[in-house]
Amino acid sequence: MTGSETTIPWLTILALLPLLGAGAVLVTPSRTALPKLVALGVSLVVLVVSVVVALLFEVDGGFQFVERYTWIRTFGANYAVGLDGLGLVLVLLTTILTPVVILASWNDADTGRWSVNTFFAWMLVLEGLSIWVFCATDVFLFYVLFEATLIPIYFLIGGFGGARRSYAAVKFLLYSLAGGLLMLASVVGLYVVSADSASGPSYLLEDLMAADIGTSTGRWLFLGFFIAFAVKAPMWPVHTWLPDAASEATPGTSVLLVSVLDKIGTFAMMRFCLNIFPEASRWATPVVMTLAVISVIYGALLAIGQQDIRRLIAYTSISHFGFIVLGIFAMTSQSQAGAALYMFNHGLSTAALFLVTGFLISRRGSKLIDDYGGVEKVAPVLAGTFLLAGLSSLSLPGLSPFVSEFLVLAGTFTVSITAAVVATLGIVLAAVYILYMYQRTMTGPLRESTKNLPDLRPREIAALAPLLLLIVVLGFFPKPALDAVNPTVDRLLQEVGVSDPQPTVASDEEGASE
Amino acid sequence: MNILAVQAFDVPHIAYGKLSPLLIVFGVAVVGVLVEAFAPRERRYLVQSLLAVGGLILALVAVIVVAGDMASNNDGASLGTIEAMGAIAVDGPSLFIWGTLLIFSTMSMLLFAERSLEGGITAFAGQASALPGTEAEREAATKGVEHTEVFPLAMFAIGGMMLFPAANDLLTMFVALEVLSLPLYLLCGLARRRRLISQEAAMKYFLLGAFSSAFFLYGVALVYGYAGSFELAEIDTAVSASVGSSGLLLTGMALLAVGLLFKVSAAPFHAWTPDVYQGAPTAVTAFMAACTKVAAFGALLRVFYVALGGARWDWQPLMWIVAALTMAIGSIIAITQTDIKRMLAYSSVAHAGFLITGFIGAQQGLSVAGQEISSLQAVLFYLVAYGFTTIGAFALVTVVRDAGGETTQLSRWAGLGKEAPVVAGVFALFLLALAGIPLTSGFTGKWAVFTSAWSGGAWPLVVVAVLMSAVAAFFYVRVIVVMFFSDPVGDGPTVAVPSILTTVAITIGAAMTLLLGVVPQPVFELARHAGEFIR
Repeated sequence: MTGSETTIPWLTILALLPLLGAGAVLVTPSRTALPKLVALGVSLVVLVVSVVVALLFEVDGGFQFVERYTWIRTFGANYAVGLDGLGLVLVLLTTILTPVVILASWNDADTGRWSVNTFFAWMLVLEGLSIWVFCATDVFLFYVLFEATLIPIYFLIGGFGGARRSYAAVKFLLYSLAGGLLMLASVVGLYVVSADSASGPSYLLEDLMAADIGTSTGRWLFLGFFIAFAVKAPMWPVHTWLPDAASEATPGTSVLLVSVLDKIGTFAMMRFCLNIFPEASRWATPVVMTLAVISVIYGALLAIGQQDIRRLIAYTSISHFGFIVLGIFAMTSQSQAGAALYMFNHGLSTAALFLVTGFLISRRGSKLIDDYGGVEKVAPVLAGTFLLAGLSSLSLPGLSPFVSEFLVLAGTFTVSITAAVVATLGIVLAAVYILYMYQRTMTGPLRESTKNLPDLRPREIAALAPLLLLIVVLGFFPKPALDAVNPTVDRLLQEVGVSDPQPTVASDEEGASE
Repeated sequence: MNILAVQAFDVPHIAYGKLSPLLIVFGVAVVGVLVEAFAPRERRYLVQSLLAVGGLILALVAVIVVAGDMASNNDGASLGTIEAMGAIAVDGPSLFIWGTLLIFSTMSMLLFAERSLEGGITAFAGQASALPGTEAEREAATKGVEHTEVFPLAMFAIGGMMLFPAANDLLTMFVALEVLSLPLYLLCGLARRRRLISQEAAMKYFLLGAFSSAFFLYGVALVYGYAGSFELAEIDTAVSASVGSSGLLLTGMALLAVGLLFKVSAAPFHAWTPDVYQGAPTAVTAFMAACTKVAAFGALLRVFYVALGGARWDWQPLMWIVAALTMAIGSIIAITQTDIKRMLAYSSVAHAGFLITGFIGAQQGLSVAGQEISSLQAVLFYLVAYGFTTIGAFALVTVVRDAGGETTQLSRWAGLGKEAPVVAGVFALFLLALAGIPLTSGFTGKWAVFTSAWSGGAWPLVVVAVLMSAVAAFFYVRVIVVMFFSDPVGDGPTVAVPSILTTVAITIGAAMTLLLGVVPQPVFELARHAGEFIR
């Protein structure tokens, strides 16, 4: 894991910038536009830095921009950060979405319980912590940051949003804490395992990958990690916090929650579950794939039945997270590359969908589908962006989610035809829930209440444009993103000890990997 | 005290230097009594508070000097010597605990001396002998009479607390137990407001405490009958030499455990905790919650690791049950509490359970290789972390008030986040630390004790502990919800401006809660250098 020789601690800078920016936002005078401008400025600077990091990043260079210092020697904990292709993609997702969300949420906090400053400060705190999580290469550091991200999002949900936000925030927090504490038990167990090894206690990812973890111990510890990540992702049956949280929070918070924060779950499955517990991951594959397929179908079916637009989108995300987890645990290079790419693309398309419906809801003041109708006649730009975002969510070819979903299914097909076929039904259902929603809200006769609905304002268009642009560009030309994640995926599969099944000897390969 | 002394009288050799921290604290306590007798009334408050804080700081300096002295004579193995004719062990853990106790006591004395919150007088009863609601009480109140005896009383308690974990024989330990307990019983009953509930607390604490002391004493007698000595090392020799278990030893051990577990408020001996924590003046509650726990856990560890370490297989199953029960009762019953002080009391019960979990690991000596964490290290760290947080939390409770004094009803805290964002924010920090959220001291502490337990093979207990932590998180979060997300009821609470004393205590508590969460290594190093108990 030798990285490029850098003297500049890029990743620490990248993570600290938003946190310092949050401090700056807090001290600017409220009741002016200043806190918003400062927040937007900071997030744009972070975006620029992250792009610089991406340009310096060498594809196929393993972990780069590595920094490592002993942190708590007694625990074997290190401050160790490094960036691989997967991490880079998710860091970029975070830094792209944050300015978009800040711009889109410009007026959302004006009526909140607390000052505008706190809203934007929490957003920047969340950005900084998320970047840090994606860079952590020490399990202890990762755990600390993983839990720390709960605090800003908790206050974002509970402080700003709908009427039942406080209930939603507590539900979210308790689910996450319960998952996190199970993970804590596993983290403690890892210490004991690594303390028994010759090199003494260490939480470094590379040391843990080299450590000899017994079969049954490894499986138990894997479970602790996996459940925490499944709650985060979220997978059926531990998903019930998401619809509440996504529906009660402001649209911007929902974007950060679903597009960035939930990715930590799937990201960590790849980074930690598979790397540290290769045997246990192979052992768990049948169950995890079953749960993932259930998530795909269940999320899609419930999405069709929703009356509340925001809950509908939340359920679509549960369905999409099912695809991501399916791709990870199918353990083929195609499916995992697809899953990694899907994390990025799902982030973009869901963000676009949440934001555009957020604009719609803010105009009419209702989240119910039945309160709308014929909007495309009065607000064509809004309807058009809504359609584009929706089509990307249902994986229309030519838009970026299609590439990733296709890769996941193609990869899955080589290991389990049943799972692939059932999951493909999810795409059909996706068409139903998106188009059905579009039909009921945007087409048909105009309602009394929607007659004077104003179209998107320039600020709102400016927020949505980068997302839609990226969706289209990556739909036609996904190579840069795939190039970034492919080396990571190859190394990961090597670590897990699985190679892509050859079509002719598929059954033999499977037997060998047991 | 020593049996040998009967045969030939040796002049007792006392190493005054090494025992100076103890002697200073007891000396100041005695001087405090004299001040009470001879100083004019209007001067007493100033003299007493300065004397107490000064004495504690002096004792802390003495601890540091003794520790430095000991470190320079380091021969690699366990540090320290047994002093006062075999009665007191001045070793690394003793000094660590003394230092911890003295710091916590100093913070508590700052709270004791607070006068701004009650309009210029301390929070203690003007005249404890006056019955509540009588003319005499009103007269004392209008005259502004203060009980400055609380300072010498607290000093005696602190002295007892320091002796308790350092005692090298069971009789000294019993004497220390009484010296620390009796002043505490009294202090609990001295609240200026809500005096009946305060006196009720004192009564309950006294009765149950006396019971548990009797259990402890009976245990001492039985263990003496088994081992033929009060000295911990000799008991260890007897335990290690015997094959199979003896009824005498088992019973004695169980009775000793009852006495000690009562003091750390472990279930099923926790019943006094909520009542006493709620009724006692909040400054005393802070003092008790932090310092008694430190002292009692120090003694528990010493008795069970040094004297009864050989019988580990006999006491571990018992402690497993106690730990699981304590965590479960503390966490689950706390959910139903509507009073902040009672909730913190149940939280303290739950934390006792986590500490016992760490204690059960019994990872020490040779089984701990290199940098690996030992059980003693884990428990000592947890005590430091918990003490700072809990003193800070109770200190904060004293500043949230309404017309009737402190307002501890949870529902009255609604909307505090809007009223006083800083106070609510700091309290939220303490709650998050108690819940064990990363980047606070509560997390590092929890991690340490869980690791200790798992290394000792008690992983099922670790699973119970994390589940109970999840349950506990619920009620900590509920308080945050009430403070930040609920609208105030009626006038809402007001936050009184305390003097510099309480502010300092809260600031130290909050700063240490954060520091120990982010850079805990120095304290772990300190605990590691403390080494193991000597025999």
